Amino acid sequence: MTNFSRRNFLKTVGIGGAATVTGFGCAAPGRATNANGAHVVVVGGGSGGATAAKYLKRFSPEMDVTLIEPTATYYTCYGSNWVLGGHAQMDDIAQNYDALQSRHGVNVVQDSVTEIDPARRTVKTAGGDTMTYDRLILSPGIDFRYDAIPGITAADSERIPHAWKAGDQTTILRRQLEAMPDGGVFVMVAPGNPFRCPPGPYERASMVAHYFKQEKPRSKIIILDNKENFSKQGLFMEGWEQHYGDMIEWVPSSRGGQVEEIDAANLTTISDGGFTEFKADVLNYIPPQTAGAIAMQTGLAGDGFWCPVDQMTFESSIHPGIYVIGDSSVAGAMPKSGHSANNQAKVAAAAISREMAGLEPLAPSTANTCYSLITPDHAISVAAVYAYTDGAMAGVEGSGGVSPAGAPASVRQMEAIYTKGWYDGITGDIWG
Amino acid sequence: MKRSRIFAAGIAVSMMTIALAPQAAEVERGALLTTSCFSCHSIDVTGNMPNLVGYPRDLLVSQMQAFKDDSRPGTIMNRLAKGYSDEEIDQMADYFATLQ
Repeated sequence: MTNFSRRNFLKTVGIGGAATVTGFGCAAPGRATNANGAHVVVVGGGSGGATAAKYLKRFSPEMDVTLIEPTATYYTCYGSNWVLGGHAQMDDIAQNYDALQSRHGVNVVQDSVTEIDPARRTVKTAGGDTMTYDRLILSPGIDFRYDAIPGITAADSERIPHAWKAGDQTTILRRQLEAMPDGGVFVMVAPGNPFRCPPGPYERASMVAHYFKQEKPRSKIIILDNKENFSKQGLFMEGWEQHYGDMIEWVPSSRGGQVEEIDAANLTTISDGGFTEFKADVLNYIPPQTAGAIAMQTGLAGDGFWCPVDQMTFESSIHPGIYVIGDSSVAGAMPKSGHSANNQAKVAAAAISREMAGLEPLAPSTANTCYSLITPDHAISVAAVYAYTDGAMAGVEGSGGVSPAGAPASVRQMEAIYTKGWYDGITGDIWG
Repeated sequence: MKRSRIFAAGIAVSMMTIALAPQAAEVERGALLTTSCFSCHSIDVTGNMPNLVGYPRDLLVSQMQAFKDDSRPGTIMNRLAKGYSDEEIDQMADYFATLQ
């Protein structure tokens, strides 16, 4: 409690002040009598936020931790491509907050944060509550830049799903693929860097191809890419050729992949100054992205799209006391992945826990692992270990890398088994 | 054979509720390093990843070193083990030994 002085704590919980503190089990008067009960609010119950809440309680059981998340059931983005491929169901990628609440002592509030006041250290929710915090961990994922190109808006996402946040969007896209006739064309528009889940578009193409190969073998998949190369490219292309022949066509930005406009009414993309068009039967437009809306609204991204942080702790470079983790943060060499968010959450939780104990933060070490399925029995992976180096999270030299090229089927199959193992392991670490 | 035995040893201790060391208010280097392992080798659920809670300290060190120098074949662990110094591997093994 060295840095979380009791006097400041009483001040921030609003004793005698205008703020009301409601919405969690241990309300202000009770907490105020607990000298150890500094309050950390975690916003967002995805891979970053749920991990942060759990590990705060693990590292500092005496801490009062509130997790605010709008949904009771969270669908993971990882695994959602398996649903699109037809070999997993939405229930297989559903997570809930029961264990966080009952087993780990996190106070889970189902609500949305509408406003953060960094100066007063308060958050307001859609449900009408105002909560004060001593430290805030923000893990709001991503939002979309529908204004990046003309012809499409967020209102079109029912007809032209992004499916880049799992849930209803995943179901919409799956139903469209199911309704598409054999011989149809599935067009995916993949964003430029940086964006959530770098291998995701290419795993999605693989999983849709797996479905088409079985049910609609005359169909075609076109990836219009706003870049010149992509994650695990050699391994994906090797797998595509092996399993799907020429069903998947990848179009880089320099060859017409840079989509400049969308004719939403006709499910048609326009590129090359109007000279190139692609007409889709099912169109999956994955827009360019920004930090989550609440982070943008709070000014945590400054003039940019992503939130700069002190990568030693993930505390915001703009608003002290707020830690931004996961996709929203600028995290050096770490990709925007659920695994990264899970690791960054532990760094932030440890930093806050140590700060409360009067200790300096530790130089963090983190890891990332991303498995991608090309078929249900053929997986490839990328992995890396990161260390805090010269002010940023950088890959440790000599570590990491991708699966070997040209490996035998047994290796691909082993990685497919580990893909499922990874899913079970990381969701257990986050929500279990 | 070796791998099977190690996996079985992990399973034997994997069914119980796990708690981190009670002095966790002071998160030390070994604890922070080791939390990276938990992402796949969860201490809260069991899956098909080997459970490392209760893993003998010396065995953890020897296997991480074997992944690091590629004398033990694997998929992803060879790539990850190369990201840690010998000292860090010792710290992780020490921390794992405190978990029950």
